[in-house]
Amino acid sequence: MSNTPTDRRYAKSHEWLKDEGDGSFTVGITDHAQGLLGDLVFVELPEIGTAVEAGNDCAVVESVKAASDVYSPVTGEVIAVNEALDGAPETINEDAFGKGWMFKVKAADAGESDSLLDAAGYDALVAEEE
Amino acid sequence: MSKQTVLYEKHQAMGARLVPFGGWDMPLHYGSQLDEHHQVRRDAGMFDVSHMTVVDLKGDGAKSYLRYLLANDVGRLKESGKALYSCMLNEQGGVVDDLIVYYLNDAWYRMVVNAGTTEKDLAWLDRMSAEYEVTITPRRDLAMIAIQGPNARGKAIPLLSANLQQNGADLKPFNAVADDEWFVARTGYTGEDGFEIMLPGDQAADFWQQLNDVGVAPCGLGARDTLRLEAGMNLYGSDMDEETSPLEAGLGWTVAWEPEARNFIGRPVLERQRNDPQKKRFVGLVLTGRGVLRNHLKLFDGQKAIGEITSGGFAPTLERSIALARVEADIGETCEVEIRGKRVAAQVVKPPFARNGKATITL
Repeated sequence: MSNTPTDRRYAKSHEWLKDEGDGSFTVGITDHAQGLLGDLVFVELPEIGTAVEAGNDCAVVESVKAASDVYSPVTGEVIAVNEALDGAPETINEDAFGKGWMFKVKAADAGESDSLLDAAGYDALVAEEE
Repeated sequence: MSKQTVLYEKHQAMGARLVPFGGWDMPLHYGSQLDEHHQVRRDAGMFDVSHMTVVDLKGDGAKSYLRYLLANDVGRLKESGKALYSCMLNEQGGVVDDLIVYYLNDAWYRMVVNAGTTEKDLAWLDRMSAEYEVTITPRRDLAMIAIQGPNARGKAIPLLSANLQQNGADLKPFNAVADDEWFVARTGYTGEDGFEIMLPGDQAADFWQQLNDVGVAPCGLGARDTLRLEAGMNLYGSDMDEETSPLEAGLGWTVAWEPEARNFIGRPVLERQRNDPQKKRFVGLVLTGRGVLRNHLKLFDGQKAIGEITSGGFAPTLERSIALARVEADIGETCEVEIRGKRVAAQVVKPPFARNGKATITL
């Protein structure tokens, strides 16, 4: 049974994107991604006000062994970051789809997320990679 | 196609994430690398190190051969079971491999070499042995399990044969005892007390299970790496290689200069380097700014490049990032590390960073 939430969209680079209904989107990495990375020990978040572009790296998650870029799934401006991750990066390991959210983007084009995968599409991608 | 140790099925059954390492499929972790790290610092953990190669060296010429082959001097080993850490150098003074050699008697030594270097090492051992009466036998029939942590010996000893229970309990650090095909050494690569046990491959799975049943947790290569890094122990291929002399890898203490008459491979180059005031230093770093130190990151003092990280990572015991680095001789007490284009401050320290459950540096 998949535990991939159906209330959001997914990028092939393993980020999730949740429409907050007010033109803003919350971004995090998937549970599958945190499992691949292993224990996270450091998160570098973008600064509020940063302009991000869909498909470009804008944050970094570092596990015990390696650093990985996190790509913004949409174009827009960063309006909030999850500062609680700073002292507790393991929150992403524990709750990637909830408390482990990373940042919020005010999208330039709210329709842009339609091109991303839905939960079933993402599960198929993960199954293919494994 | 990667090789598998005799414990492969155990690893799968215990939920290991298996990854290729040195030509073998090895456990990276069994769920959480951090938990495994703490388990070893606080209690007891076990590692399958059967990918490493045990090599027996036997014959009347074994001692003189090893005194020529190794930068450390097996002539210092008088007591049966005594262990010695050494580099094996090439003629240019570079490190072919680092290893532990055990003295059993004047005609029998046993060494343990790295997995990824095994074929190269065996070819080198063979080539250098031409003038010596020595038989070199890789013991592929033996498995090896490292049991490490403050409670490791206490948990492992009752599982040993009657003979080994007594002798194993009496073992001093860096000594080993053999009983038939079992070989118990009080050595390790974590900075904790414990054993490294060689045993017949067909008995390894049962012994692994027994250890698990008495609360020795299986641990993977991930924790092994963070533990050794905190303990300030070098990793071959990262901290030194064939292009690096032991004197520039913090391993000067393993080179036996006395007696002066002993000619070992690489000695003339090392003698010249020994008095070179410009030779690089090998230091520890603790990141004081934010981020994680990684292998190959560059170090700076202002605009001047002053070295490179050879092993870096997150230190779970210290809850900070630490590294080993090769640097210019005149490095100060602090430096800057370039991480993703930004300069981050680091403090220069003398390893180890942690041993026996505790941090050994103060900041």
